Amino acid sequence: MTVESPSTSLQTHTAAVRLRVNGTERVFELDTRTSLLDALREHLHLTGAKKGCDHGQCGACTVLINGRRINSCLTLAVKHESDEIVTIEGLGTADALHPLQAAFIERDGFQCGYCTSGQICSAAGMLAEAAAGWPSHATTCVASHEIELTDAEIRERMSGNICRCAAYPNIVAAIRDVVEGAGS
Amino acid sequence: MRAFTYERATDAGAAVNAASNPGAKYISGGTNLLDLMKLEIERPTHLVDISRLAFRDIEELPDHGLRIGAQAANSDTAADARVRARYPVLSQALLAGASGQLRNMASIGGNLLQRTRCPYFYDPHSSCNKREPGSGCAAIGGVNRNHAILGASDACIATHPSDMAVALVALDAGIELLGKSNTTRVVAIGDFHRLPGDKPHIETILNQGEMITAVVLPAPPPGRQVYRKVRDRASYEFALVSVAVIVAIERGTITTARVTFGGVAHKPWRSHEAEAALIDRPAGMATYRAAAQAAMKAATGRGHNDFKIDLAQRTLCRTLADATREAEKS
Repeated sequence: MTVESPSTSLQTHTAAVRLRVNGTERVFELDTRTSLLDALREHLHLTGAKKGCDHGQCGACTVLINGRRINSCLTLAVKHESDEIVTIEGLGTADALHPLQAAFIERDGFQCGYCTSGQICSAAGMLAEAAAGWPSHATTCVASHEIELTDAEIRERMSGNICRCAAYPNIVAAIRDVVEGAGS
Repeated sequence: MRAFTYERATDAGAAVNAASNPGAKYISGGTNLLDLMKLEIERPTHLVDISRLAFRDIEELPDHGLRIGAQAANSDTAADARVRARYPVLSQALLAGASGQLRNMASIGGNLLQRTRCPYFYDPHSSCNKREPGSGCAAIGGVNRNHAILGASDACIATHPSDMAVALVALDAGIELLGKSNTTRVVAIGDFHRLPGDKPHIETILNQGEMITAVVLPAPPPGRQVYRKVRDRASYEFALVSVAVIVAIERGTITTARVTFGGVAHKPWRSHEAEAALIDRPAGMATYRAAAQAAMKAATGRGHNDFKIDLAQRTLCRTLADATREAEKS
């Protein structure tokens, strides 16, 4: 066999999918059409990731896959067999906040809160990208590996997360606090 | 979304066989395909997931070029130290497109196969020859501010949305393809995408089931590389007009000139006219203006997009001025 069909017959429109979410492994029988976002919200009842546009335009559904931020609405759950998925629920808890969560509270980085879990998961992924020396559209010289997270860099790197309440100045301030190590 | 069956490919040849059946499609990052499947504009009956095939690496070639695996993420390619040092125009173009989240999912091969963002293509209630051949083009005579000014036809005035492909055309990239019975071919990127003509629903030269396995970059040409994108908001937006420029100067004379536009046509638009007006001429605004005029000589507006003809010329002049100022310094 050279083509692996995860426990399905090619004639069926469902598949058994093994997902590792926040360190816990679960197996579901899912319609192949199920987005990762719907699998998280409707099947695992992890409702932190939000459905805003469902077309990859707003960022409210952002989660981390193998440490990288992605839009969970624009990927199929069945594609993520044995990937390491982290949602906002796995990033921190009410008793042990992630530094970004603490900074968002401290800086009032939200109003209605609908975009916030996406903003925080995105910021966590973004900080890892910057630490790895990735350039951005705001980087003057892409060949340089010295990345300084100025406000312009933070804004550009976070442009995939829309905040309808326009809490942007406070979101940038919260992320800047974490960059400067003052977030907790 | 219509129902489909799914398989995860572990072997490229078997994937090509599976995707050669009618109704089958590859899925890689899926960022554009799933978007269109939700709207039932794309309706595959079978998906072949090729995202885990061993086509993710970026490798050195003996001629000082690079071979970028088709499954490499846009973000990994933009961040690759060799791409940043030797092909900065590619890194800049990738970083000018989409968002951090999308670049982490989207693959290099998939980026080449993006469909247009023409709003009439996306609206199932509008006529669109690309979505439904023979139904007409609602953009002609409709709201066409974002549409093509070069190479369009009476059947379609849509533009190609990729930033990356604009840089790849300036870099003379080759596209490596795998077909049935293990046949391979390399197609120059300039020949990969089609102009709309009377068949705008056929966008590339790919055969059913043929798979993009890599993008091959020849050794970088001498000179400064710059990608400049003009859009309605500062980030996370498609281009109104963009330009990829590679230019070298020796003692005040232009010795290398490559000019490719994005946002103006159904495919990335290499302007050999602009290049001919630059090469062996003195670097300076008079030369750049002449090149910009040559580039847009055949341009036609459709009303709302008339401004693009001026905008493309100004963008080219400004980009050449910035690039040659830097080129003279180094």
